[in-house]
Amino acid sequence: MLNVKNISKTFNPGTVNEKTAIKNLSLKIEDGDFVTIIGSNGAGKSTLFNAVAGSFYVDEGSIELGGQDITYLEEYKRSRVIGRMFQDPLKGTAPSMSIEENLALAYLRTAEGMSPFSYISKKDKEFFREKLALLDMGLEDRMTQPVGLLSGGQRQALTLLMATLITPRLLLLDEHTAALDPGTAEKVLELTKRVVSENHITCMMITHNMKQALELGNRTFLMSDGNIVLDVKGQERDGLTVDDLLAKFKAGTGKDLDNDRILLST
Amino acid sequence: MLYITQTALELGFLYALVPMALFLSYRVLDIADLTTDGCFVLGAAVSVVFTAAGHPFLGVIFAMIAGSLAGCITAFLQTHLGIPSILAGIITNTGLYTINLMVMGWSANVSLLKSETIFSKFKATGIGGGWNETILAAVITIIAGIILLLFLRTRIGLSVRATGDNMDMVRASSINPAFTITIGLMIANAMTGLSGAMVGQYQNTVDINGGTGIVVIGLACLIIGETVLGRRTIRKGVIAAIIGSIIYRIIYAIVLYTKIVPVQGLKLITAIVVALAIASPKIKEWIAFQRKKNAPKIKEEK
Repeated sequence: MLNVKNISKTFNPGTVNEKTAIKNLSLKIEDGDFVTIIGSNGAGKSTLFNAVAGSFYVDEGSIELGGQDITYLEEYKRSRVIGRMFQDPLKGTAPSMSIEENLALAYLRTAEGMSPFSYISKKDKEFFREKLALLDMGLEDRMTQPVGLLSGGQRQALTLLMATLITPRLLLLDEHTAALDPGTAEKVLELTKRVVSENHITCMMITHNMKQALELGNRTFLMSDGNIVLDVKGQERDGLTVDDLLAKFKAGTGKDLDNDRILLST
Repeated sequence: MLYITQTALELGFLYALVPMALFLSYRVLDIADLTTDGCFVLGAAVSVVFTAAGHPFLGVIFAMIAGSLAGCITAFLQTHLGIPSILAGIITNTGLYTINLMVMGWSANVSLLKSETIFSKFKATGIGGGWNETILAAVITIIAGIILLLFLRTRIGLSVRATGDNMDMVRASSINPAFTITIGLMIANAMTGLSGAMVGQYQNTVDINGGTGIVVIGLACLIIGETVLGRRTIRKGVIAAIIGSIIYRIIYAIVLYTKIVPVQGLKLITAIVVALAIASPKIKEWIAFQRKKNAPKIKEEK
């Protein structure tokens, strides 16, 4: 499915701010995998996502998705098959456009072959309404309102819907519930679980909640210093506790997991 | 008075496509496109030269094509060569000065003597009587406005709007921002070119400096219109461009007629109005802050 081979990325090379964010990282994810990722501050979690999504090109190595080499494919072309969500709810939607217009944009991925001058049809609107109703937030009755009027949780739920409206090959979730209040975060997480399992989406999720990282999905990566230091799955993962994980981390890297948010939430 | 109103309406409609173009570039795409000045003259020059050769209609069409090419160059400079958008517009604008002179056969102005223009042809049909020029300008401008509105509701139009609204989202939703910026600036400058084309044939002349400051006047018109109508929807924005342009020309005509301020002073006033209008959020914030700072403190009980 996703096959990342020996990628490296250094920011600001040759300056005092030089920072190697990922070093020789390789990973292989199978179809239908749900991988949770945890790691220290600056471990390269978001950089890994940015590399896969194409926000920049990697310095070395290659990235394959579904058998296709996407190492040098432009970001907007990758986004046809890669859905993405960020921590900041403001990043995923266009505030001055209406809910249905935002959904229509997400729907553009299927628009290949469709005339660029076509309008949102009645059928499209019906489809959007059905999908919005699944969120159970009453958004289906506010389709013509600008998205800027929605709350952070509503916007994030809408972004999730947009990212999965056309089932993506790969869904990248970068702490997408971290900026929400606990109740809303729980709800968005429930939605995520449902959408991912119903559509059998291959998914990678960065989280700072270790319990969540072990509960969700079928595989967990621990990242440190720009690489994956621990990859737990299958039987080894079943019954693993947070303390076990911390111990494994220390055994693997020789240091404690220093992520302030992780420490606060465990 | 009637004469003033008629002139104001006429000029208001003739120039309304400039604020409409700025609505698309500045408000929708969130790009300050300074190609406008040179592009306006380019439209006028192409239109007048074609008209002198006996093709007023072709002149209008080619003026729009020329305008959109100018927009395409500005877009290319910023999307592919990494030049900041304001500078990209200024660079194109500077280059256009030479291009415009070239179009005008290397002379600083070209006048039409007895050539048929779209206005004289329309007058010959007898429609509208004494108001024929106003009606033609209004019809062309309103049709352009409607086409723009229809375009902004299409799939590609939505992509253009999203580009100005949230660039992060656009990249993550399979839209190429370089493409949408190019399309947006091409359409905006085609409208500016169309306005220039109409003005050129209306005045039967084009001057190389005829576009100086038109971008600021256009912004003033847009802001006036938005102040009257409020700025929320796309439709209101397009109507605001037309209404604002007419109001500006009414003010202009009154100044010209009553000489409250010398006509030469109008550009300075326009510039001040635009600066104040764009700065208004900051000014409001400052006033509120001063109030809070200087508010009488509640005296503590002794």
